[in-house]
Amino acid sequence: MMFKRIGMLPSQIEFESLAFVGASAADVTVRESSTAAPRRDAPAGIGLQLHGLSKRFGEREVLSGIDLRIEPGEFVAIVGRSGCGKSTLLRLVAGLEDASDGVLTLDGEPLAQHQGDLRFMFQDARLLPWKRVIDNIALGLDAADARERALEALAQVGLADRANDWPAVLSGGQRQRVALARALVHAPRLLLLDEPLGALDALTRIEMQSLIESLWQRHGFTALLVTHDVSEAVALADRVLLIDDHRVALDERIALPRPRSRGNAAFAALEERVLQRVLQTPGVEVAEPLPASGWRFAV
Amino acid sequence: MPSTSRSPSGPTFPAAWRRIAPWLLPVGVLLAWELSSRGGWLSTRVLPEPLAVVKAFWSLLLSGEMARHVATSTGRALAGFAIGGGLGLALGLLTGSLRAAETLLDTTLQMVRNIPPLALIPLVILWFGIEESAKLFLVSLGVFFPLYLNTFHGIRSVDKGLIEMARSYGLSGWGLYRHVILPGALPSILVGVRFSLGFMWVILIVAETISAQAGIGYMTMNAREFLQTDVVLVGILLYALLGKLADVLARALERWWLRWNPAYRVAA
Repeated sequence: MMFKRIGMLPSQIEFESLAFVGASAADVTVRESSTAAPRRDAPAGIGLQLHGLSKRFGEREVLSGIDLRIEPGEFVAIVGRSGCGKSTLLRLVAGLEDASDGVLTLDGEPLAQHQGDLRFMFQDARLLPWKRVIDNIALGLDAADARERALEALAQVGLADRANDWPAVLSGGQRQRVALARALVHAPRLLLLDEPLGALDALTRIEMQSLIESLWQRHGFTALLVTHDVSEAVALADRVLLIDDHRVALDERIALPRPRSRGNAAFAALEERVLQRVLQTPGVEVAEPLPASGWRFAV
Repeated sequence: MPSTSRSPSGPTFPAAWRRIAPWLLPVGVLLAWELSSRGGWLSTRVLPEPLAVVKAFWSLLLSGEMARHVATSTGRALAGFAIGGGLGLALGLLTGSLRAAETLLDTTLQMVRNIPPLALIPLVILWFGIEESAKLFLVSLGVFFPLYLNTFHGIRSVDKGLIEMARSYGLSGWGLYRHVILPGALPSILVGVRFSLGFMWVILIVAETISAQAGIGYMTMNAREFLQTDVVLVGILLYALLGKLADVLARALERWWLRWNPAYRVAA
């Protein structure tokens, strides 16, 4: 149970110590619906292939020549310093941004053919405040059984009793659960998670991580998680990718058995290794150089 | 109008007092007014005594004259509101949603907006004479801009993150409009409605004093001819009451449509 604290970020230390308080993090209870939902048309995961994918915003290069294969059903976490382009990569896969160069395919076919197979979970829950929880989840469903499916998804995230509440009265963690249910109700084959737990407190994060893991195991979708929390990445992912200097700098396979316990020595060693690698990377210069011949203010 | 006091209440400040306190000043003013009228310090040509106003109100109510004038004025107000407000809403939605429409129309509308509708009265009389259509035109013009501007602003300020989310969840076209853009713009549109309702009465009052055969404005102008200050005051009171009524209705709409928003929730 000994941890080397050297080189750990303050948030990590707080996170770990909290995990110890709550006995073992893996058995933090998550309310599961008693009625095990039948798997609807068994959404098997979809494979993802990137070939020389690049993205530039004007002159600024964000990603260059990313080559990547993600197997169907795999859980992949992407870590990196802020501003390294990890979120941009996720948005490219989601089709929210267009690549400047390169090819992106899902099961070998272009992205446009699979828009309905992928769902995106945002850092902020982005619930429609004027729709009740249940109608938020049913957004974009037009089948006759939309309501039942939405209720079923809500039960899977343990919030069946909040169906008729307004999003404004939910806590941050509950909003993210609703957002997760809204993504799952479409039975996605690829779930993209853009730091969805970034704004939650440490205990709620651990609860949400086990929830995401159990739902991933049950539904078998491919998951791509962007996070700045290395511990979270090691706890959830089959593979951890580090984006640095516009490309994939580290591709670490996490072979630990599930459910993973953060107290485990192998876990700690892996987390340490990835974290050290992240810290080696130089910080990204955020400020753009000012044009030399522009107006300058004295102050 | 019973209003809920929002002032912080200490335990030493009894509820009954807080209910009575806001009315002390108006009641005091009325009393002072009544007394100075009876004492002869205030000529009835300047202000009739409050009791006379109440009597005039009562007799106008009984004779059915008031109902006729109020109905005429309300009809004009609502017709003008429907025409001007409807156009404002429609154009606001159009320019808010389509860049091309904004480029084409917005500059013109912003120029017209800076003309006070009442400045057009001479022209309006030349165009429409002194008939109903002149009043409708003025009221429509007055309510058009608050609704147009607020609808435009409402559409433009819908959270881009929500639109992006909805698109990535498969919504587009009318679905996107109905589930995301319109509800997102609604708070701003309702602000426009409340501004419009205020303008509606202001313009109508002036329009009815130009020339009319019925309506509250006609009633007051007619009373002025015969120095019936009590009836003039009844007319002013009626405008105040109708304006307040319109505002109460608009607030009720806000509370129902925006009940998802904690800022508009009725205190339980």
